Amino acid sequence: MQETVRIVGVSKTFATRSGEVHALADVDLTVGEGEFVSLIGPSGCGKSTLMRLVADLEQPSAGTVEVFGKTPRQARNDQDYGIAFQQAGLLPWRTVAANIALPLEIHRVGRAERKQRVAELAELVGLSDFADHHPDQLSGGMQQRVAIARALAERPRLLLMDEPFGALDEMTRERMQSELARIAVETGAAVVFVTHSIPEAVFLSDRVVVMSPRPGRITTVITTGIGRDVARDEALRESPAFFEKVTEVREGLHGVPVRSPALEGR
Amino acid sequence: MSTMSSTTERTARIAAPVLVGLLGLAVWQLLVSVGGVSEYLLPSPSEIWTELRENSEAIREATWITGGNALAGLVFGTVLAVLLAAIAGWARWFDGMLAPVVASIAVVPIVALAPVLNSMYGADSEYGRRAIAALAAFVPVFVNTLRGLRQTTPLHRDLMSTYAASPWQTFRSLTLPSATPYLLTGIRVASSLAVISALVAEYFGGPRGGLGSFITTSAATSAYARAWAYVAAAILLGLGAYLVTVLLERLVQHRLPTGSIR
Repeated sequence: MQETVRIVGVSKTFATRSGEVHALADVDLTVGEGEFVSLIGPSGCGKSTLMRLVADLEQPSAGTVEVFGKTPRQARNDQDYGIAFQQAGLLPWRTVAANIALPLEIHRVGRAERKQRVAELAELVGLSDFADHHPDQLSGGMQQRVAIARALAERPRLLLMDEPFGALDEMTRERMQSELARIAVETGAAVVFVTHSIPEAVFLSDRVVVMSPRPGRITTVITTGIGRDVARDEALRESPAFFEKVTEVREGLHGVPVRSPALEGR
Repeated sequence: MSTMSSTTERTARIAAPVLVGLLGLAVWQLLVSVGGVSEYLLPSPSEIWTELRENSEAIREATWITGGNALAGLVFGTVLAVLLAAIAGWARWFDGMLAPVVASIAVVPIVALAPVLNSMYGADSEYGRRAIAALAAFVPVFVNTLRGLRQTTPLHRDLMSTYAASPWQTFRSLTLPSATPYLLTGIRVASSLAVISALVAEYFGGPRGGLGSFITTSAATSAYARAWAYVAAAILLGLGAYLVTVLLERLVQHRLPTGSIR
């Protein structure tokens, strides 16, 4: 079976004014078809950078990244992935419908098909009644839903999300998590989800990838064992199995072995 | 209750400046007819009004000529400014090359340039005046547009990159709409400048006709009231140009709400 994302021996260094910063070192990771993988770790552990490498927004300093067996650039040109960021990043002069339609417009999808697809997507994220609103008339949660609909516009088999719920309040956040889980199941797309919330990662994922900072590397990978068919609802949040995995991820995060000086020079 | 107070407020907002204007005219009239200010020094509003009515045909024609020159200059200057700003926004080195030129254009005195351009294009050509209006309009449009073109956020640029959008698509869907409010502010400022410059350029040669020429001719033949009538027409022309561009700005703002980028 072909992997959705294959990352082999990837390192990334940024040249900054105060010298080189090792954002990522020797990262290996594969994401299977339809798999939901969260990247979690403290700030500066390179989790966003890792996602940006997959999106072809950054280039690795060493190692290879493959998306659907292609280079990230090819995958980007073929629109194989959809992406959502912490900020919704909607165009303020466009309505909700026009914002969702933006990628379709750019890829010259015909007007009739575009209209139909936008209606489907607005329905999927529960914003059919707000199609003609402008972003400044929407709450933060609603804006983020528009961003998710926009990311799904091209029916990607891979969804990249960089802390999409990071700026939302806790209640909105939990509701959005349930909705994202539902959408992931409905579309069958694989998801690479960057977060710094432990419960969020466990709640959504098949696997949680725990990362450590400077240089960013993968310390552990925890399989949640919560299948795709398990409903992402309040019952799950209160189940012992959920708490157990939350504890496991927390230990993974805190139990990072102290950096050995020998690794610094790499 | 609230609608009534808002209506009153709106009435007051319009009535107050009108009242101030009328009061000013009354004081002016009083100064001239009762205060004994020489009519050569300052004609009374009633005299100016009479001249305005008696020469309405000539004044209208002159306004058309000056307004036409200003409009031609505004359009040409704006198009040139937008094109060059687009290139400067795209290539930093071009911006670096252009910046000193734009700074120089901004300080070119019309009085110095107008005679040169008028003799360049010949005595019967309006092009010299149009060129001066264009030059005056160019600077504010260029500066504002360039600023507007730099308003895109890294997030939006990343997004367009993930869509594999071509440079032209990015420009059309992202950069241009972000810049439009800035462009319109530039045009609003430029419209008044274009009118003033087209008018002042008429002082320095070129064909007869136009408000500026008639102001000088009238003043030279001691027809001060008539000169003032032309000045009044010039003020109306400038205000008209300003109001049209304000309306344009409002219209586009309504169609392209900028909101707060979240």
